[in-house]
Amino acid sequence: MKLLLALIVGLLYGAGTYLILRRSLVKVIFGLIFLGHAANLLIFTIGRLTKGAPAFVPPGAVSLSEPYADPLPQALILTAIVIGFGVQAFAIVLFKRAYQSVGTDDLDKMRSTDTV
Amino acid sequence: MNLHQIVILPVVLPLFCAAMMLLFWKAAAAHRIINLIGSMLSLLVSGMLLAGVRAHGILTLAIGGWPAPFGVVMVADLFSALMVVITAVVAFATALYSMGSMDPGREKYLYYPLLQFLLMGINGAFLTGDIFNLYVWFEVMLIASFVLLALGGERGQIEGAIKYVTLNLLSSAIFLAAAGMLYGIAGTLNMADLARMIPALGQKQLLTVVAVLFMIAFGVKAAVFPLFFWLPASYHTPPAAVSAVFAGLLTKVGVYALIRFFTTIFVHDTGFTHTLLLASALLTMLTGVLGAAAQNDFRKILSFHIISQIGYMILGLALFTPLAIAGAIFYILHHIIVKTNLFFVSGVVARMKGSYKLKEIGGVYAAHPLLGLLFLIPALSLAGIPPLSGFWAKFLVIKAGLDLGDYLAVGVALVVGLLTLFSMSKIWNEVFWKEDPRGEGGHAGPEYRPDNPAQKRLVLAPVVLLAAITVIIGLYAGPFFELARQAAAQLLDSSGYIHAVLGVR
Repeated sequence: MKLLLALIVGLLYGAGTYLILRRSLVKVIFGLIFLGHAANLLIFTIGRLTKGAPAFVPPGAVSLSEPYADPLPQALILTAIVIGFGVQAFAIVLFKRAYQSVGTDDLDKMRSTDTV
Repeated sequence: MNLHQIVILPVVLPLFCAAMMLLFWKAAAAHRIINLIGSMLSLLVSGMLLAGVRAHGILTLAIGGWPAPFGVVMVADLFSALMVVITAVVAFATALYSMGSMDPGREKYLYYPLLQFLLMGINGAFLTGDIFNLYVWFEVMLIASFVLLALGGERGQIEGAIKYVTLNLLSSAIFLAAAGMLYGIAGTLNMADLARMIPALGQKQLLTVVAVLFMIAFGVKAAVFPLFFWLPASYHTPPAAVSAVFAGLLTKVGVYALIRFFTTIFVHDTGFTHTLLLASALLTMLTGVLGAAAQNDFRKILSFHIISQIGYMILGLALFTPLAIAGAIFYILHHIIVKTNLFFVSGVVARMKGSYKLKEIGGVYAAHPLLGLLFLIPALSLAGIPPLSGFWAKFLVIKAGLDLGDYLAVGVALVVGLLTLFSMSKIWNEVFWKEDPRGEGGHAGPEYRPDNPAQKRLVLAPVVLLAAITVIIGLYAGPFFELARQAAAQLLDSSGYIHAVLGVR
């Protein structure tokens, strides 16, 4: 399972990096989304995969007994997903607006702010 | 009220102001008043915070009563408190400038609430003691800045915003991955807890990888070489008030995070990480200043100078002696004031002459000699001419370099200072000294606003205020240096920080 997730994380990072280097706005958006997912899955995998051991303190005990599934990475991911959702939604609207006002989705044609 | 509760006020106050404004929905007049009152209260609150930190040492507040390292903790040490104070000064100046210059369309579409949300994110980033919480504050700051940058929807703004948004989201993804990896290694994200644990951890190579990932993430935000490309592509596109607050504060949040991480947390392998920072700092200074020399637009020149000045701050961090860190902190304080002011001046000139392009404008000194003086104070300070604040800032960093015998760094810093003077004199010649190509009283382009005494006072007041602060920091550098020195000493002695947050040594 760990190996599979590691491969998926690598695949998402590779695909995301490839896509944000493309000239088309739509592909850049997908690249950003992939990179966000890759980071989330990376945290999930790094937080150690423990099956069937929820982080509940058993009756009578004062602390958790090993092994248990660490809930903190999942809390981090949840927060990151929500933030990522909002930011990506904004980016999609911005890119649509750019397509409308510049009249193209080719990033190579959006250089007016970079020229001397 | 408990003294430690002051720590949260610089975050809660902007949130409260923004919420109040939203109650009035699109009534811009109410927004202006709340924004002005809010920024004055911010000055008061941040002053109280600084006084509290000076009197009682590092202040901490465990949010929700969950003790560190299990809950999120807000920490104000001297460095954080200084940054919060300077943010409040810029916020106050921007409040005045915006009232005199912002167009009704942007005001109506929630410019002021967005500004307050931006300040909330910035203050939160300065005050948090938890890495994931820092990520959240960065995102709060970023989303507010995205909207402020794109608000108005002019073509240049949208194009600039695409580059800004894409590269900053990339940096956030790297930040998030680095935070996750650090949690995987250390099992904590509390900065004090990390500072305590990292010297005892194995896996030094893996820690260095994580440190470099953080360096890249914050490097994008701080616009260091080779990660700065979004900055000159976007900072000259929004209205002057927005570029001024961005230029003053946003990149400095990245610098703050770099200094915080590479003095308190990641000092296990300074031979590698700080050498990397040193190389990046020198190249940042050079590319920034050379990029500026090629530009012919008031705000683009200033944008490239942000990059070269960031190099000095990172140089201070990379040299990593108490004097160098103090120099870097002093540099940040000086730079925020000066750079914000230069963008304000560029906006004032554009209102009069109708353009930011050097070729289209001129003759400002003949018509308004006082404005010429108000430009010269921050411009010469930026270049490091004594007795202005920039001289002391550069002096401290260069003195630290000389003490270490790092003559390459010293040489680069001096040459970059000279080239900065070249760029500033170019602006002086083109904008202030040469005759107006369109004749006396002529103007070009859409930036022109007819003369209006009430607005003029509002846009000039912050310029005068910030110029006065520049002169005061220059003439009475002693107390400011002493603050920076104490802040640096706190940063370099992590045991005090750990004790304040965790209660253990």
